[in-house]
This record gives sequence, C-alpha cells and structure tokens, in this order.
Amino acid sequence: MNRKQKKMLARIFISAALLIVLNFIPVTGAARFACYMAPYLIIGYDILIKAGKGIAHRQVTDENFLMAVATVGAIALALYEGSGDYTEAIAVMLFYQIGEWFQSYAVGKSRRNISELMDIRPDYANIESGGKLERVDPDEVAVGTVIVVQPGEKVPIDGVVVEGESSLNTAALTGESLPRDVKAGDEIISGCINMTGVLKIRTAKEFGESTVSRILDLVENASSRKSRSEAFISRFARIYTPAVCAAALALAVVPPLLRTLALGLSGDWETWIYRALTFLVASCPCALVISIPLSFFAGIGGASKAGVLVKGSNYLETLSRTRIVVFDKTGTLTKGVFEVSAIHHSPYGDAKLVEYAALAESASSHPISRSLQAAYGGEIDRGRVSGIHEISGQGVTATVDGHAVAAGNDKLMDSLGVKFIECHSVGTIIHMAIDGEYAGHIVISDVEKPTAREAVRELKNCGVRETVMLTGDTRSVAGRVARDLGIDRVYSELLPADKVEKVEELIKSKDAGAKLAFVGDGINDAPVLSRADIGIAMGAMGSDAAIEAADVVLMDDDPMKIPKAIKISRKCLRIVYENIVFAIGVKLACLVLVALGLASMWLAIFADVGVMIIAVLNAIRALFVSKL
Amino acid sequence: MKKSYKIDVDCASCADKMEQAAKATAGVRDAVVNFMTLKMSVEFDDGADHKAVMQDVLKACKRVESDCEIYL
Repeated sequence: MNRKQKKMLARIFISAALLIVLNFIPVTGAARFACYMAPYLIIGYDILIKAGKGIAHRQVTDENFLMAVATVGAIALALYEGSGDYTEAIAVMLFYQIGEWFQSYAVGKSRRNISELMDIRPDYANIESGGKLERVDPDEVAVGTVIVVQPGEKVPIDGVVVEGESSLNTAALTGESLPRDVKAGDEIISGCINMTGVLKIRTAKEFGESTVSRILDLVENASSRKSRSEAFISRFARIYTPAVCAAALALAVVPPLLRTLALGLSGDWETWIYRALTFLVASCPCALVISIPLSFFAGIGGASKAGVLVKGSNYLETLSRTRIVVFDKTGTLTKGVFEVSAIHHSPYGDAKLVEYAALAESASSHPISRSLQAAYGGEIDRGRVSGIHEISGQGVTATVDGHAVAAGNDKLMDSLGVKFIECHSVGTIIHMAIDGEYAGHIVISDVEKPTAREAVRELKNCGVRETVMLTGDTRSVAGRVARDLGIDRVYSELLPADKVEKVEELIKSKDAGAKLAFVGDGINDAPVLSRADIGIAMGAMGSDAAIEAADVVLMDDDPMKIPKAIKISRKCLRIVYENIVFAIGVKLACLVLVALGLASMWLAIFADVGVMIIAVLNAIRALFVSKL
Repeated sequence: MKKSYKIDVDCASCADKMEQAAKATAGVRDAVVNFMTLKMSVEFDDGADHKAVMQDVLKACKRVESDCEIYL
C-alpha cells in the first residue's frame, strides 16, 4: 500500500465508524445535519473538490461529478423533506471510495506482480581488477571486456564464455524450466541466472543492446499499443457519461411534468428526483474503464512469464482470432541444422565412410561439411588430408591416408566415371568414391523439431483452421515434412520474395474476420513477418531484425509456444468480453430497475462497486497462464 | 521525435483524459498514455521544442485532472 492508499483507508474507517456511532445518537434539526456532515466531508471532500474543479473547467462529465451531484442531491432532498436521512448519501460516497480504493490496490498489486515477473534487470556487472572483483554499472562496460558472473547472479550482458562451466536458469527469459549447460566458447545471453559455477564472459554487446535490455524495453512499452476493445471502451466512456447525465435529467423532469400537465396528478417531484440521483449513482462506468486495460495488461504479463513477448494489446487481440498459421519450414518446424540421417551401401562400414567424408570436406565451412564433421564427432587431423580440391557445384576430391577420396553429388561421380547407386531418401545425397571405386552414399537432411507435430495438432484445438508451410526447399523434402507434421498446405521452392507474395495471396483469399499468422525464425523473413496480420518470430533471442519486425516474439524455438501464445490470447480476450458483457449487462439492468423505482440508492452503489470488484478480480485471472 | 515520460495518475479514465489533453496540445503529433505502466509516450511535430511542448502538455493535463503528474 502506498501513502495515498493508507490515507484513504484511514478516511474510510473513520467515516464508517462515525456513521455507525451517529446512528445511535438521537440528534435532530440543524445539529443532526452538522453531525452528519462530518463523515460525509471526511470521506468525500476530494470528490467534491474535483467535481468543483471539473465544473470550473467545463469538464462536467466524469465520475466525480456523478458522485458529487448524486450525494449532494440526496442530502438536499433529505433537508427539503425534513426526514433527516443523510445516511444514504454518506453510504454512497463511502462505498464509492471503497471501490476506488480496492481498484487502486488491485492495479498497484498487479503492476508489481508483473514487474517482479520480469525481474531480469541486472543491477551490476563484476569486473576483475587486481585479483579483486569490482562491481560496476553494466551500462559502463565496454564491448570486449571480460566480466565475471558468480553462481546466483544474473548474466548482465550478452557475450561468449571464455572460462568456466555452469548451468544456466533461463526460466525468466524463455519460460523453460530445464537448466541449460554452458562451457567455454559458448555464446551466452543476458538475463539468464548462473546457477552452479563461476563464469568468465567476454562481452559481445553493450548493455543497452543486450538481450535483457531489449526485452525489458519491449515489455515495458507493450501495452502502449491499444487494442480495439480498449479503444472501444474509452470511446464508450466518453459518450456514455454525458448520455446518462442527460437521461438522469430527463428522469427528474419529464415524468413529473407529464403527470402534472397531461394527467392532472401531483408532480411527485421528490420521488423522481430521488430516482434520477440513484440513476446517476448506478451509472458510473468504472468497472469497464478499469477492467479492460487491466485484463490486457495481465494477459501480456502472463504471456511474458511463459516466454511469449507480445508487443501490444492489439496484437493479443489479433492473435486470438488467428485462423490460418503459415510456417516457414527451416528453423521453425525443423531445426535448421543438417544431420546425417542415413548411410547406404558402404563396403567400409558406416563410421569409416563418415570419417573419410569428414576429412575430405574438412577445409569447407559449408553446413553440409559441418554436419559431416559433427557426425564424425572426433577431432579432425588435418595432417591425414592432402590435395583438397573443391569442384564447385559438385563436391571435393582429396587424398586421405593415401587413398583418393571423392565426395559429392551424382555429377561428380559422372565426371569421375564412377557408377553410383541412386538414393530414394529425401535430403542431400553425398556419394563417395574411394580409390575410384564407389563406396556408398551419405544422406544428410534437416531434422524436424521433436514437438513440431504436436504443436501443429494443438493449433487445430485452438481455433486454427488451416496450417500452411512455405519453404525454399525442394518439393520432395517439403512434401515429406508436411506429411509428417500434418500440415494442410505446402508451397515449396520459393525464393524469399515469393514468400511475401504467397502470404499476400493467402491474406486476400481468407474471410475478413479470420487472421493470418506467420511464424518464422527471423532469418531473412522479416518482410513476411511484417506483412502478415500477425508476425511471430521464434527463437529470436539475439536476432534484432526479427524482434523489430515481429509482433509476437517467442523467446525460445519450441513450436509448442505457438499454440500456447494463441491460448493465452484467447483466454485474455474471453475475460475481456466477459467483463464487457457482465459490466454493461448489470449496469443496464440496474438502470432499468432504478428508473422503474424498484431499486434504492443502496442497491445502486452495491451494484456499482460489486461489479467493479468482480470485474477486476476476473481481469487478474488473465495473469495465470501456466495451465494453458 | 518520440519520447516517453513517467506519469502518476489514479484512475484509468483520468489517464484517458490526460491522453486527450496531450493529443490536443500544439506541437504534439500523437500521444498515448498507458495507465498500467504509468507511462506517456509523446510523438512531437517536426521541429517542435519538446521541452516547451511538454510544459504545455503538463498544464493541459493538470487542467483536466488536477491530481496527475508528469515527471519531465
């Protein structure tokens, strides 16, 4: 509780206590009025002052004005009738303030909750100087400095580990609870928590450019982009308050006039003025005005806890209407790293063949040769290789351990005059010839991510009607991956520019209410990310272009985060609609009851505060996303 | 030019009023008030002196909502 809230709470208690005590003291006339004014002014002075200022500035249509007019009116009516019943007016003010207090407490609480959740801002960096560790402001650390991160500390700046081994807790960044192991030579991103060993890290970026700063910046600015529901509510409130004021005025004046002029009855002015005042109390729009932005705020907060950064409430809204999900294949559904997936027809044994291939290709940094080296696993002894000759578009020839080794595609085999066996597997085929004899072939292909298939299936459970895959890969590879994963439609052999075109085509052909999401890994698909209704970049930690272009950033590269993000958005939007319907519904029902004279001012204020509290509690539900 | 300021305000509709007031101030191209994070981001017209404009924005906001604060 802050100072303002404590003060308000004290005013609420004092005023309530006074009101109860006064109920037992039989004072009458002017003394009674004076006595009752004490709790009224204690609880309501600020409202009265604000309403007065509002009138002076010709801004007469806010809640303060509504409350001031309603309570002052009720007191005036009590004076006029001589009933001495001031309790009602004071109670209205009291409950209104209790409602406001609760609201401010709840908002403050969720504000703190969410900032704790994103408590990844490192306060300092350790620099070793003269054998001692010195704490410095991370902002002052130059690129290339070696910093020390001790167990329990946050990694303050992106960099490369130069010394030490440890496990990292990346939960705050990715929502992934499994620790990640790092050793010397590994890249490391800021915001992770070092758990076990001391690490020395050479910084690769400045603090302001580091992952943690970028993420914080993104989250802090997220809810500035307002959704349509939020815009609707603020427009609604702007029209609504003047409208109910006019309606209340009509309720006070029109029926009595009709009664006297048209029906010849008594005007019964007190009854109608009382109803009009009650109408004002019941009409207060607070529940809506607070609960809608609060729901979005909590939804965005909950999403970032799960490792899904949403750049604004509007994107959360669009995400919930996703009907078509378009995937980029490589890096999104597949790992984007090539692995040796099969070895056929090798007379020397599989291991030997891979070893020869790795050695022959050892001079190349092509992804294919890297995957061969990875499959070989051992240290490459360059001394065993000589006479490496790369034939562009075909492969390499080299001498390994005194044998003439050729590794490459069918063209290479043809040019060497080696008869080879066609392979029916999908992927890149590397034929091998050793000493001029065919020695079998190695199949290298991209590997699907383990959760990709489940993610695609899960998408269908959260409203997605169609899944589409775009890829620059060949038709056969694309077709197989799509079949494996259960993707509905595939477009293959696309250049990056074709992908934008395809997405535009898809956007044109869908119905207006359905939204299209594009999921990419951020590597040269930034134009597509920004063209789609909603661009989702995955595993984007460190890829600046993707973070810029995307609307939703998944912090790790698990495809399961896509359905998760959609589910979070759907839950949040469901809460928003619940609150809109509930608050407007109860309000309208109340207003009708009041106009018909079926509800007192007590009921009106209970309805107002009650709806607000329920709507706020409901809004906070959007924060809880772990079970989705 | 775009700048972001920390603000203090009590209720969501007051924040909305501040936004309207800021938007209507001369020299401001667009303004967004985020009640949840208590931030106001203001986009200024080209060539506008942001310090002077923000003084006007503050005045305009105080007029519609006396209880608000913008930390300039």
